Amino acid sequence: MRREWSVAIAIGALAAALALVAPSYFSAENLRDIFLVNMPVLVAAIGTTLVILTGEIDISVGSAFAVCSVAAGVAAKAGMPTALAGLTACAVGAAAGAVNGALVAYAGIPSIVVTLAAMVALRDGLRWTTQGAWIADLPPRFQWLGVAQSTFPVVAGLASGLLVVAFAWAMRNLAAGRAVYATGSNAQAARLASIDTAFVKLAVFTAGGALTGLAALLNSVRFNQIPSNTGIGLEMKVIAAVVVGGAAITGGRGTFTGTVLGVMLLGAIGPALTFFGVSAQWERALQGAIILAAVTVDAARAGLSRTALVGA
Amino acid sequence: MAGLLLEAAHITKTFAGVHALRGVSFDLAAGEVHALVGENGAGKSTFIKIVTGAESADSGTLTVAGRAIHRMDPPTARALGVAAIYQNPALFPGLTVAENIALPLDGGRAFGRVDWRARRRNASQILKQVGAAIDPDREVGRLSMPERQLVEIAKAIGANARILIMDEPTASLTEREIGGLLEVVRRLRAAGAGVIYISHKLEEIFAVADRVTVLRDGESIATRPRGQIERGELVRLMIGRELTTMYPKRVVPLGDVALELRGVSNRTRGVRQISLTVRRGEIVGVAGLVGSGRTELAETLFGLTPPDEGDILVNGAAAAIASPAHAIRLGIGYVPEDRQRHGVIPAMSIAANTTLSNLAAVSSRGLIDRAAERRASTKYVEELRIRTPSVLDAVEGLSGGNQQKVALARWLSIQPAVLILDEPTQGIDIAAKAEIHEIMERLAEAGVAILMISSELPELLAMADRIAVMRRGAIAGIVSRSDATPDRVMALALGHAA
Repeated sequence: MRREWSVAIAIGALAAALALVAPSYFSAENLRDIFLVNMPVLVAAIGTTLVILTGEIDISVGSAFAVCSVAAGVAAKAGMPTALAGLTACAVGAAAGAVNGALVAYAGIPSIVVTLAAMVALRDGLRWTTQGAWIADLPPRFQWLGVAQSTFPVVAGLASGLLVVAFAWAMRNLAAGRAVYATGSNAQAARLASIDTAFVKLAVFTAGGALTGLAALLNSVRFNQIPSNTGIGLEMKVIAAVVVGGAAITGGRGTFTGTVLGVMLLGAIGPALTFFGVSAQWERALQGAIILAAVTVDAARAGLSRTALVGA
Repeated sequence: MAGLLLEAAHITKTFAGVHALRGVSFDLAAGEVHALVGENGAGKSTFIKIVTGAESADSGTLTVAGRAIHRMDPPTARALGVAAIYQNPALFPGLTVAENIALPLDGGRAFGRVDWRARRRNASQILKQVGAAIDPDREVGRLSMPERQLVEIAKAIGANARILIMDEPTASLTEREIGGLLEVVRRLRAAGAGVIYISHKLEEIFAVADRVTVLRDGESIATRPRGQIERGELVRLMIGRELTTMYPKRVVPLGDVALELRGVSNRTRGVRQISLTVRRGEIVGVAGLVGSGRTELAETLFGLTPPDEGDILVNGAAAAIASPAHAIRLGIGYVPEDRQRHGVIPAMSIAANTTLSNLAAVSSRGLIDRAAERRASTKYVEELRIRTPSVLDAVEGLSGGNQQKVALARWLSIQPAVLILDEPTQGIDIAAKAEIHEIMERLAEAGVAILMISSELPELLAMADRIAVMRRGAIAGIVSRSDATPDRVMALALGHAA
């Protein structure tokens, strides 16, 4: 829980600095924009948190996001209601996740390799299928999920908030959540305790894929066309947020509160630079520094606790 | 005194306010094996860390070969010829034996050329010195555990170690391999090296040590020449009280057959034609050398690697056990050998660990009742006397004995018909060992059928009603309690005529 506090304090410090130097950062439009840009990241990060908790990684999130976006657009243009188009996006994402998950869980291929292959295959498969064309002329009822543009942030905020709360609650209180932590903590021990770790891995990849589909939908409805090269680098944003939020990349440790805070900090920092009058070019570098700081603190703390254990 | 290789005087070390060592004094002469004994947590590991420079003492003096050392760190220790050999050798599995032996000699010359022939020659010479017939070109990852240990010793000798620290070197060796290792220790002694020998196994101490020092609660309680102390007194000094019997097995009336194996084979795991019965209330020991198929048999019974031939009957009904979940439903529990890696999930709380196999008992429709979970695990913590401030603490902070009790507690919650224990007291101190044995007895009295795999003959002889001795994946013989002698069991395990 200490990591969550440090990230929260960092966010607080950033907010305080902004309040002094650039109070206009807190204008309703700016906050709404930042929220809308980062909400898909948050939704995808929920899935990646699950995957990382089991000790695996998914770097195909960005490519899957593009495929799901296009799928949602094509479905909407084919006359499907928005809900159905969204379900299509989720189903496509879940299918891609299930393939990844099955290869990791049952074929025993390292997830970094499987999802690297998926990342390239999905991206290039999509490029080949669409010939680089964007999905344009989306039906108006698809835009903003069919609600007013001003209501959409409320709807989306509620949806993503509920999703986070639901997942956080489930991970604490459901046997399934326990199984995810146990699998990531020590897969062999979990297996001996009758947990079907292969199925757990398949399930988290599938759930992660479905959440990527949902993220794609929530992003797509904000524009009137869908670029077929969307989502490039999203996987890194998402993984960075999860890691900054305190999840152990080796699995078994991490919380959804941490992930939410990680998304907030990394998402708030870029626009903040503009308000501080610093070139936006520095955004990536600064995000990198934050990630490095987070893992360094972890390593230092692990070192400390190792020393303490000697006395035991 | 002349010829003293190492002299540690009044060493004190505190971790976060806890005294790990309080004024420990210890010395080691050339050509001596000095055993260091004590329960887990007595301060042996901390003392070793100070001698090897991994930790620095708060106060006290360290003298190596007559030179007072003011600041001991690992490079200084190495330069002074101090080398430690641990239970699990710290070797590079992907490199050859020769390379492993040469590594500490290479120093920091990143671009120095490697003289492969000299390296190999050097390695085979050192290996010969320790009496190991190992090809220097073999990859360490393919060596057996005792072979690795010999390579580790050779590595230390190659680095001109004069003070050898052996920390539980025999924990994963069989009786015969232990004999070989002790022979090497004697050879080192004859060559003038000093050996600090740490072990829980008193037989080894009496077989090889010249002097024994007992540590208890961070203090050196006594140092005696081997001839002037006997077992009972040593144990008493270690635990600070008298243990009437080390293994208190009571007679329990046996019930129906709970587990029956009829010609069970698992060819891929090397288990062949096992026929065996375990009755309710009975403890059947499984003896055998490492690699004789004991753990493989356990994993077959628990559904990790289902058998390809034969029948398993649980409470008289045929059971095709296909997965651990299936085995658990049938009432089979399994405490695996490697506690840290397989038995518990160290990062999780005691409460979560005890309920992991049977979350259904503390949850309804998949929803965990946290209060019920705490109550259940508190009950086991009290019943098994697990020493912890709270059931919400992570298991990784507990001592080995208490971790093993957590691993056991998990199975008590399913009220098992059959419990398979693989090396249940390995690396556990004597007091905790007695407690684990006591728990096993209580389970047997409650009608649990226990299959106990152990490499410790005294434990098998004392605890088991019958001992099944395995050799090369098959049962070489089953010995009843009244007929069991160390010689008989070893003869069966080795394949000699009894």
